[in-house]
Amino acid sequence: MTDTTVESPIPAPPSASFASRMVDLLLWGGIALALGLSFQAVDIDNLPRLFSGSTSAGELAGALLSPDFSRWQLFLEKMLQTVQIALWGTFLALFLAIPLSFMAARNVSPPWLVWPVRRVMDLMRSVPDLVIGLIFVIIVGLGPLPGVLALALNTGGVLAKLFSEAVESIDKGPVEGVRATGAQPLHEIRWGILPQVAPLWTSFALYRFESNARAATVLGLIGAGGIGQTLFEAFTSFNFREVSAIAIIVVITVTLIDMLSQVMRKRLL
Amino acid sequence: MTASSAPLASVRDISKTFGARKALNGVSVEVGPREMVALIGPSGSGKSTLLRSITGLQTIDAGPGVIEVFGRTVQKNGRIAGDVRRSRAKLGMIFQQFNLVGRLSLFSNVMLGALGRLPFSTGLLGAWPMADKQRAMAALHRVGVSDYAAQRANTLSGGQQQRGAIARAIVQGAQAILADEPVASLDPVSARKVMEQLVELNQRDGLGVIVTLHQVDYAIRYCQRVIALKAGRIAYDGPSSGLDRPTLIEIYGPEIEDAFWEGDPT
Repeated sequence: MTDTTVESPIPAPPSASFASRMVDLLLWGGIALALGLSFQAVDIDNLPRLFSGSTSAGELAGALLSPDFSRWQLFLEKMLQTVQIALWGTFLALFLAIPLSFMAARNVSPPWLVWPVRRVMDLMRSVPDLVIGLIFVIIVGLGPLPGVLALALNTGGVLAKLFSEAVESIDKGPVEGVRATGAQPLHEIRWGILPQVAPLWTSFALYRFESNARAATVLGLIGAGGIGQTLFEAFTSFNFREVSAIAIIVVITVTLIDMLSQVMRKRLL
Repeated sequence: MTASSAPLASVRDISKTFGARKALNGVSVEVGPREMVALIGPSGSGKSTLLRSITGLQTIDAGPGVIEVFGRTVQKNGRIAGDVRRSRAKLGMIFQQFNLVGRLSLFSNVMLGALGRLPFSTGLLGAWPMADKQRAMAALHRVGVSDYAAQRANTLSGGQQQRGAIARAIVQGAQAILADEPVASLDPVSARKVMEQLVELNQRDGLGVIVTLHQVDYAIRYCQRVIALKAGRIAYDGPSSGLDRPTLIEIYGPEIEDAFWEGDPT
């Protein structure tokens, strides 16, 4: 177009500046240093024990390859209980997450409310559900209920964060459209916001139900009922053939739930 | 419906500042209850801001500015009135991007027009009374999109959605329509239909209409009165027949002559 581009010399290709190369070096060097310093702390030099430990891997593999399903009725019953823990844990979490998510969404809620609600949500998410579970075991005793409550609190925090991000990313046009009819603020939420976030919310809730089915298994370790408790008992009595049977049941169940909820999410979006 | 004799909108000395830019700078305007007025002006001249301020979707700057709608204060001194919803219920708002709720059916969207006058919980649950449902269908039929009532709004074309938005304003029982560039996203045929429906609501139903437009020829063809804004101030307020070439050049700059490919404005 203009003659200046023709006459002026072609500039050199771009290259990273000295400063940015030093930053890179520092970053990667730092990671290498951290790995080196942590080597002893986590006993990496004991890696060969994988094959020469007191119960050798080969011996364990033998037991795991011949699973003992003789108590399958108990296993299935406990597996069902674990899924039920996940179901109620996720359901109760929704009751926490929905109001919290609106209170934490910057485009709905006043700033003085957003900040404290978000800190509460951070707290709910950051305490591991095992710890919450232990606290509830002390309060309500052993059994599935502490598991349900632990999942509800933890998942409530996670879903509240995901839900509020969905609320923050909505198109504000339809909300204004509803507002312009003379509607109340709750009407705006019901008709302007909920229809927009419903598919994402359902997808998030289903996804959390999947991960809660896994988490509920682990919660059995602290006496919160379900298949996890049976698994733990089999472990402590060195009955590895039953451990194997239970693990297979857990893997199949979780996979089935994953597949089911994927089908449901596909239909939604 | 008993039409109010108070002016549709009475805007006195309002200003609105966005950062360092004055979108509105001491604007005063009065629109009669049954007038059809076009608001024109280049992009950024403040016409959308003025319209959105009238429904209280936008606050004006603190100061002497007052906006009244049908005799009721919508906002003054930079504060939206507590009973603004009663004023909004009288104003049907139509947007450039339609602002229907995409995942709801066209019918549900039109029903939302009833939110302002139904009891709170009825509206929240969506338990629409049969009479209102019939009213919604009648409104959809009138604007010619009743065949799509059960379809999700986001599956419809722009013209169909915009006519749905007009039906929503009809169900609302609005006494006036505020339309913010209602035809800017539409093809010429749909645009003409939408403009003709606005004219019909004005002439047959006696609704006041304020419509912001980019197309000067539309303003001249469909509206008796034109208000032009330039840089947040009123540059012209009078009959559309008085919009001659020098006035348009003053509003839009000399390039307006190139833009008028459809025909001479005078």
